[in-house]
Amino acid sequence: MQQIVNFILRNKSFLFFLLLLFISVLFTIQSHSYHKSKFINSANFLTGGLYNASHSISSYFNLKEENKKLNEENARLKAIINSKKQTTSSYTDSLLYNSNYRFTPARIIKNSYSKQQNVLLINKGQNDSIKEDLAVIANNKIIGITDNYNSKYTTVISILNTTNRISAQLQKTNHFGTLKWDGKSPQIIQLTDIQKSAPLKVGDTVITSGRSAIFPKGILIGTVKDFHLDITENYYDVNINLFNDMTNLEHVIVIENKDKSLIEALLNNE
Amino acid sequence: MNSLLSAHTLRFIFLILLQVLIFNRIDFLGYINPYPYILFVALFPVKNNRMLFLFLSFLMGFILDLFMDSGGVNATALLIIAFIRPVVLKFSFGAVYEHNALKFNNINFSQKLVYLSILIVIHHFFFYLMEFFNISKIILILKNTLFSSVFTILLSILITTIFSRKTK
Repeated sequence: MQQIVNFILRNKSFLFFLLLLFISVLFTIQSHSYHKSKFINSANFLTGGLYNASHSISSYFNLKEENKKLNEENARLKAIINSKKQTTSSYTDSLLYNSNYRFTPARIIKNSYSKQQNVLLINKGQNDSIKEDLAVIANNKIIGITDNYNSKYTTVISILNTTNRISAQLQKTNHFGTLKWDGKSPQIIQLTDIQKSAPLKVGDTVITSGRSAIFPKGILIGTVKDFHLDITENYYDVNINLFNDMTNLEHVIVIENKDKSLIEALLNNE
Repeated sequence: MNSLLSAHTLRFIFLILLQVLIFNRIDFLGYINPYPYILFVALFPVKNNRMLFLFLSFLMGFILDLFMDSGGVNATALLIIAFIRPVVLKFSFGAVYEHNALKFNNINFSQKLVYLSILIVIHHFFFYLMEFFNISKIILILKNTLFSSVFTILLSILITTIFSRKTK
């Protein structure tokens, strides 16, 4: 017994080091599995507040660019309104989708794109009825999925995150696959498991498939850059040029599918 | 002692703010970021309470992880260099370190360069190893380590030169 106590006393700093190392490696491993990083995230009072303060200054620097983007979005929406006859006189959402989606505008106060697990921070939280697993888009182009939230801030798992898996399909046919990121370039993302029979061409548009109840169908992702068969020679691996410049983001829209709980209840009963 | 304590507290906070607000946004050539916050570990007094030193390094990494949403990447890398620092000190300063006469304000340039370079390269290697967490991407890890290290070493040398209190 005396010897054990002596051993601990003699090596106390080494044991302390091992303990701290164990904790930090545990956090690291958690952050590498999807939706597990519950403790370490920037959606809290301290980090959210600091990013918000710094964003309120730095957002002035690219006002011109943001105005241009909002103008484009406005023009697109006006074109949609003008091309559509209003069916009812009551209030309808003027965006593309039916009314079982709720739209919340938000701003990105922390952007990240150079790491393997890129996580964004937006300035809306539980107070604006943001939940886990909601779609985040900008200009009808894909950004990511919400993750942790507190009353005022929410973290968004960017599509530039190697743990992300999103269902996507070709615009011209209904062949669908899984969207992943290999962590190499913030402009290029990978689409895997596209059937060999799919008529792929360089330049084809890829959109979300709407199969997961998170993203509505038809959110734009990018165009096919190149493609090749995978090892099993049954599926294509496709490289996609993203439409969105993930390095320059400001205004985003969070989309909630109000029927999501119903859909998930059905799927879980299977 | 009091002024020493407050100087290190200030450096702790200042380096975190600098890292979060400026250096994390550089993204030189798309992915190269410097991490000069390791200066806190590098310049910590040689005569120290080892447990406290390890804990402060862990705490600093942990706070940076909160800001960067990176799990435990910074905490692990910073903790490892805090633990192996005595070995690096001995290697780069030799007899001066062993006679407990080391002052970071008056060391010559080549020794400082060697000391900081070793710490930074080891830190960056573990940093990217933890971030990628995939040994099959070892080439990418080494590439990132190399480029970011060069950037960080340059910046660290600059910062320590500008803020040194050398009186000659």
